[in-house]
Amino acid sequence: MDLQNQQRVKDAGEKYGTDCVVILGSSDAEGAEIYAETVTAGDPTYAGPLAGVSLELPVYHIFDPIIRAECDPAAWEEQISMMEMVLDPEALTEAVKGMREQYSKNVIE
Amino acid sequence: MSKVGIKGYSYCLNHAPETGSRYGGTPYEAIHSGKEQEYLDSLPKFLQSYEHALHYAPNQTYIGGISYEEFESLKTPWVENLLSDEKAKRYGKFGELMPEDEFLGLISACDEFELVWLEKAFAEGSAKKLAEDPVITEAIVKRVLRPKNMHEISEIETEVKERNGLALYFDGKVIGCIRSGHPTDPCLTAHVLLENLAGKASGVLALLHLLKNTGMNPSDLDFVIECSEEGAGDVGQRAGGNFAKAIAEVAGCINASGCDVRGFCAGPVNAMINAAAQVASGARKNIAVVAGGSIPKLYMNSRDHVKKGLLALEDCVGSFAVLIVPDDGTMPVMRLDVLGKHTVGAGGAPQAVTSALTFEPLQSAGLTFTDVDRYAPELQNHEITEPAGAGNVPLANIKMIAALAVMKKAIEKPAMMQFIKEHGTIGYAHTQGHIPAGVPFIGPACELIKEGKIKRAMIIGKGSLFLARLTNLADGASFLIEAPEPVAETSAVSKEDVKALILEALSEVAGKLA
Repeated sequence: MDLQNQQRVKDAGEKYGTDCVVILGSSDAEGAEIYAETVTAGDPTYAGPLAGVSLELPVYHIFDPIIRAECDPAAWEEQISMMEMVLDPEALTEAVKGMREQYSKNVIE
Repeated sequence: MSKVGIKGYSYCLNHAPETGSRYGGTPYEAIHSGKEQEYLDSLPKFLQSYEHALHYAPNQTYIGGISYEEFESLKTPWVENLLSDEKAKRYGKFGELMPEDEFLGLISACDEFELVWLEKAFAEGSAKKLAEDPVITEAIVKRVLRPKNMHEISEIETEVKERNGLALYFDGKVIGCIRSGHPTDPCLTAHVLLENLAGKASGVLALLHLLKNTGMNPSDLDFVIECSEEGAGDVGQRAGGNFAKAIAEVAGCINASGCDVRGFCAGPVNAMINAAAQVASGARKNIAVVAGGSIPKLYMNSRDHVKKGLLALEDCVGSFAVLIVPDDGTMPVMRLDVLGKHTVGAGGAPQAVTSALTFEPLQSAGLTFTDVDRYAPELQNHEITEPAGAGNVPLANIKMIAALAVMKKAIEKPAMMQFIKEHGTIGYAHTQGHIPAGVPFIGPACELIKEGKIKRAMIIGKGSLFLARLTNLADGASFLIEAPEPVAETSAVSKEDVKALILEALSEVAGKLA
């Protein structure tokens, strides 16, 4: 996750605490896992503002059924359905879930 | 229908591991942060030699050392399946892969303001080697040897230590420096000037190869449009330009003028459209679209490469040039009536961008997805991007096009994989921002069209505008290249013909009056 985005997440996390949900749109599972780790346990590359900072934020991938259910179906069809065909929604959801289960303090119920 | 001919193209690489491993954006940032010593200590162990770079298939594909079709058939990973010595030549059909010592000499030749100092023996060695290059002119060789650009090593060291110069290295030793252009102006620091001079020099190399490949006399070139991502200027106008004219000057194009077009990675496609429109309208006789490459993008992803114990392959400054001329029915053509345009209101979702750049222009021309034989979107080499978590960019793009084709009912869903295989392209370009943005395939597409193997290709460039912090909008542009059609002969009437007709009519009238 680039340094600017880390700073934005850090600012939001510090302001709103662990009620602040992070939704990722990463296209590859490895990247999604690293981003999820960054916003929960801290930046594993120790390069950015979240190095050594455990925000423990609830983190989801946009393809997670919980998030999908919250979206307007027309907007989903227009903006995201093509990418559902291109990417591997299940693998992405699972990659983020793994980190969330280990490090997030809150989850969406 | 407005069309222009694509008369020729060139693609070059400048190997620059010693410059890149110090002044590429990622290592440079790490050096200055002082926090990543382990990475910096490890990076030199993962650099690729010039010989290795020559044997690396994506590099040879870029310079035309092997054909795109041959590249597609090669065993992967390319880094473990190097080409034979026979195929690993410095010069290809499109251009060359220049070694770093000669590149530093060429950078010095492109300096007008005594900004580059090279140690005398190094400059002489570099000039001697450059003289062997078939496109390097005698005038350029002489410029490397100008006394104002050659200095003692002690002077160079003083310039670096006391006046914010930037040391240049070869074989691990300091062999020169880039001098600071101003004591306080942040747009004229030695690092910025190195970027700009390297961009200029690599652009010059591409233009020289274009002139050679097309057989064009430098003095016949009418205009140059430069489309890299560098910004040349001072604090009063930090990207004022003009790379195009500066490049044309060194290449000896005395009758050309030029200007720069910018648009991040979409710059080259926009420059092609700009050039084609000017040539089609008759505003210019011919235009060379040229881009040099980027020093800051060297080793951009090397943190991940080093961490994973992989060769850091981002060691070449890329460049290209394309010559646009009026369509005469004999050359592959670029159509101006089918242009992909990402509008402000289109939105930034990949679906909206893909639709604006592929479906919408094709639909407006009565074409469908399968009418395009090959799509060339971002052509980054995936052996560089995948270890850095950026995935296989060209594959992701063709998958998006295929998925959109399914949604628009141009193909059935089970045919997606077949579509991807048949209509996609494999990336082979260095991660130099604007360099991989569709344009590397102009050359191979034209070659395949000339060989009758394809009829139509789409070149797509996308830009990440958010990087400038001006807007969060997405961006992109696209155009089609097609096989030529015979140009219908126009019966031009000359002044003499008109005179003869009038005389004939008058004598007829005179005859009747008599």
